[in-house]
Amino acid sequence: MNLTLKIWRQRNSQDKGHFETYPVSDISEDMSFLEMFDVLNERLITEGKDPIAFDNDCREGICGMCSMYINGRPHGPLHGTTTCQLHMRHFHEGETIVVEPWRAQPFPVIKDLVVDRSSFDRIIEAGGYISVNTGNAVDANAIPVEKDKADLAFTAATCIGCGACVAACPNTSAMLFVSAKISQLAQLPQGNPERKTRVVNMIHQMDEEGFGSCSNIGECEQACPKEISITHIARANHEFLRATFAAGNKNVKVEHS
Amino acid sequence: MELNAKIPEGPLAEKWTYYKGHSKLVNPSNKRNLEIIVVGTGLAGASASASLAELGYQVKTFCFQDSPRRAHSIAAQGGINAAKNYQNDGDSVFRLFYDTIKGGDYRSREANTYRLAEVSGNIIDQCVAQGVPFAREYGGLLANRSFGGVQVQRTFYAAGQTGQQLLLGAYSALERQVALGKVTMYSRHEMLDLVIIDGKARGIIARNLVTGKLERHFGHAVVLASGGYGNVFYLSTNAMGSNVTASWKAHKRGAYFANPCYTQIHPTCIPISGDHQSKLTLMSESLRNDGRIWVPKQKGDSRKPNDIPQEERDYYLERRYPAFGNLVPRDVASRGAKERCDAGYGVGASKQAVYLDFASAIQRYGKAAAHKAQMHDADADTITRLGKQVIAEKYGNLFEMYEKITGENPYEVPMRIYPAIHYTMGGLWVDYELMTTIQGLYAVGECNFSDHGANRLGASALMQGLADGYFVIPYTIANYLSGEIRTQSIPTDHPAFAEAEKNVQDRLDKLMSIQGTHSVDYYHKALGKIMWNKCGMSRNAQGLKEAIQEVRALREEFWKDVRIPGAQNELNPELEKAGRVADFLELGELLATDALQREESCGAHYREESVTDEGEAKRDDSRFCYVSAWENKEGNNFELHKEPLEFELVHLTQRSYK
Repeated sequence: MNLTLKIWRQRNSQDKGHFETYPVSDISEDMSFLEMFDVLNERLITEGKDPIAFDNDCREGICGMCSMYINGRPHGPLHGTTTCQLHMRHFHEGETIVVEPWRAQPFPVIKDLVVDRSSFDRIIEAGGYISVNTGNAVDANAIPVEKDKADLAFTAATCIGCGACVAACPNTSAMLFVSAKISQLAQLPQGNPERKTRVVNMIHQMDEEGFGSCSNIGECEQACPKEISITHIARANHEFLRATFAAGNKNVKVEHS
Repeated sequence: MELNAKIPEGPLAEKWTYYKGHSKLVNPSNKRNLEIIVVGTGLAGASASASLAELGYQVKTFCFQDSPRRAHSIAAQGGINAAKNYQNDGDSVFRLFYDTIKGGDYRSREANTYRLAEVSGNIIDQCVAQGVPFAREYGGLLANRSFGGVQVQRTFYAAGQTGQQLLLGAYSALERQVALGKVTMYSRHEMLDLVIIDGKARGIIARNLVTGKLERHFGHAVVLASGGYGNVFYLSTNAMGSNVTASWKAHKRGAYFANPCYTQIHPTCIPISGDHQSKLTLMSESLRNDGRIWVPKQKGDSRKPNDIPQEERDYYLERRYPAFGNLVPRDVASRGAKERCDAGYGVGASKQAVYLDFASAIQRYGKAAAHKAQMHDADADTITRLGKQVIAEKYGNLFEMYEKITGENPYEVPMRIYPAIHYTMGGLWVDYELMTTIQGLYAVGECNFSDHGANRLGASALMQGLADGYFVIPYTIANYLSGEIRTQSIPTDHPAFAEAEKNVQDRLDKLMSIQGTHSVDYYHKALGKIMWNKCGMSRNAQGLKEAIQEVRALREEFWKDVRIPGAQNELNPELEKAGRVADFLELGELLATDALQREESCGAHYREESVTDEGEAKRDDSRFCYVSAWENKEGNNFELHKEPLEFELVHLTQRSYK
């Protein structure tokens, strides 16, 4: 098939950036979206032009590295699918496709479609873990977990940290990402000792990074390639309230008004 | 140099305990002053970084991705083995050890493999404590499943995303140490050389991939956890960025590279759809628990799979290997598929595929589910519907992934699968302490060679990565660092750092100055073709000799005619790729050289000259019962050193899965 691509080009974080238009031809419908980019880049290199920079690695929908809007939607038109798993059979002959990097202040553009998502790592650093040093564990079956809770924790834990939730949100909120980790660990008995400090510190860090507030719009759930449910946001809000009302919680580093 | 594996004394089952009781320790106040560099943040690198930082060392960790959470361990699907014997089916440390040695076709080091089996249980405990949501039974306890080459159920899993869950566990432990200031994390950084001072590894040269700036980093010791080299074949199940560069730079600085020809072909991958293909996607081996592999009995049968009646299907693995059936080890299953396709029984448009069929599993599970729900007169549709639900719960995400890529629904039509390069058993030679032939340089996880012999069993890579990182390196590195407590941090203006940086800079300058006609991918694809055709699933002396010549010629052409756009001082993915492909072009020659030298078939290394009458791989223990450790010499020449393999507990026999 033949297509027209309008792609955001930006040399570096200082550059203002602009759209450029590229026609592509002979695209097979069995190609993935990123393989179509490979074809285009190969041509640009041969023509002596600068290829398009885009983040990608596993190309099987799990590393969370690929990150772009396709026709205004994070990861494109297909529900529950990362860009790397989106195949060209979902586009039609002659279509014009617009491609942009994540637009969010806490994700500054590095080059073209590549953005800096280190804010997500810092949110995890604020408390997205269980403090257990290597060697301190009891036998795995000494901690039974109800199957329903284990399954729920798993659905939250499938988050790939791609940032599509932020990109989809009109408020640039990271609540789906943050709540998925809070909710996962709140389900499990192992997560209990740090339950209150975790939620308060992670949400504080999210605010520090400049992410917006959640107003329950639900775009994040629609855009999430792992179909993580916004019920985790409700659960995180519940956890947050519970933690802030808890008396004598000295480990919470931050006072919230 | 004489290879000394430093295997501790005593009976096999007591070696690790003996070692831990007698190795040297570093006291906590000294640990604070010792710096360790870790390269790579997959299971091995993340777990090593976290565990070493917890002990009190100052750790600097590097990854080329934008976050340590993205390392390719994340893509592992099926599970992780551990000798817990929770199923009461006769499992034990000895059995896990024995299965691993046998699966590896008796080409791994006994003491290392035994230790791996020994610490396997601790890994599961540690991961559960971190909050890794493994699959559970209704009673709240952990679930298990089977994997290839094994007759017990010892594999722990989290749907088809076990690697993701384990890596995120290790990543969270790592980020906790970053928050505590014990680990300094360098994302979007790539190691481009190793710095050696007075014979000891003392640091690395890394390129900041965003600014292009070269950086010098000192460490009292360096731990490589940089993964495997499957991408030398261009098409593999590895991530696009997976590379051999860190290991190869260490190899060029004196670390021996062991058994490079042991490259694993995974039997169940989605077949190639065209020339545009950039990578191959695995369908987890766990699918072979329930999927039945078959081809039509009639050559070139072009009927749709569901139109071919049962009696006209050849379930060739069940036919040939009744004891293990569809769960034979990976190398055996892969060769079976290739043999059937080469003989003209392949299916699909390309005829380079076999079927993996879930119809009977759907019926079996459907009947069980109906029975459980007291639906004794359930009709066929109900049974099929219930069966599909069970399959969806077990493998849902894999089925979805298959449908996304192929556009076919595997609940209705059998999957088409074909073998693809997946994992590399070979890697940097290490001793029992996981130290390479360079003092103070360690290799953990897939980038070392030690535990899987000539073929890795399913669900053992995750086990090994985490065993090395959580439970081995924290002990063994102390034995070395105890001798370094008087070594002050060496300033990075030392001449060795300057020399290494210049070496890197010169190479980058050279790459950028060529400005030829072909892209990096052009060379990578050409290399992949040579390797797959002549050094892939089946090898012979003539093909290997040709491969060596062709790789040399291609390398020469690359250095004359590659074209890299952009500049050095910016984010330049083409320049990154060029450096990696240049290293693959050197490794490819070594891989073929090793395959040529090993005139026997063992595990995944299949030499057409060495087969049994039934066409199975035939080892030659009298001539090849050793590890091949290659030393790099001037001008991409290699000198072979042998580490004889001595078996104390295991009796060497021809593997049989019949």
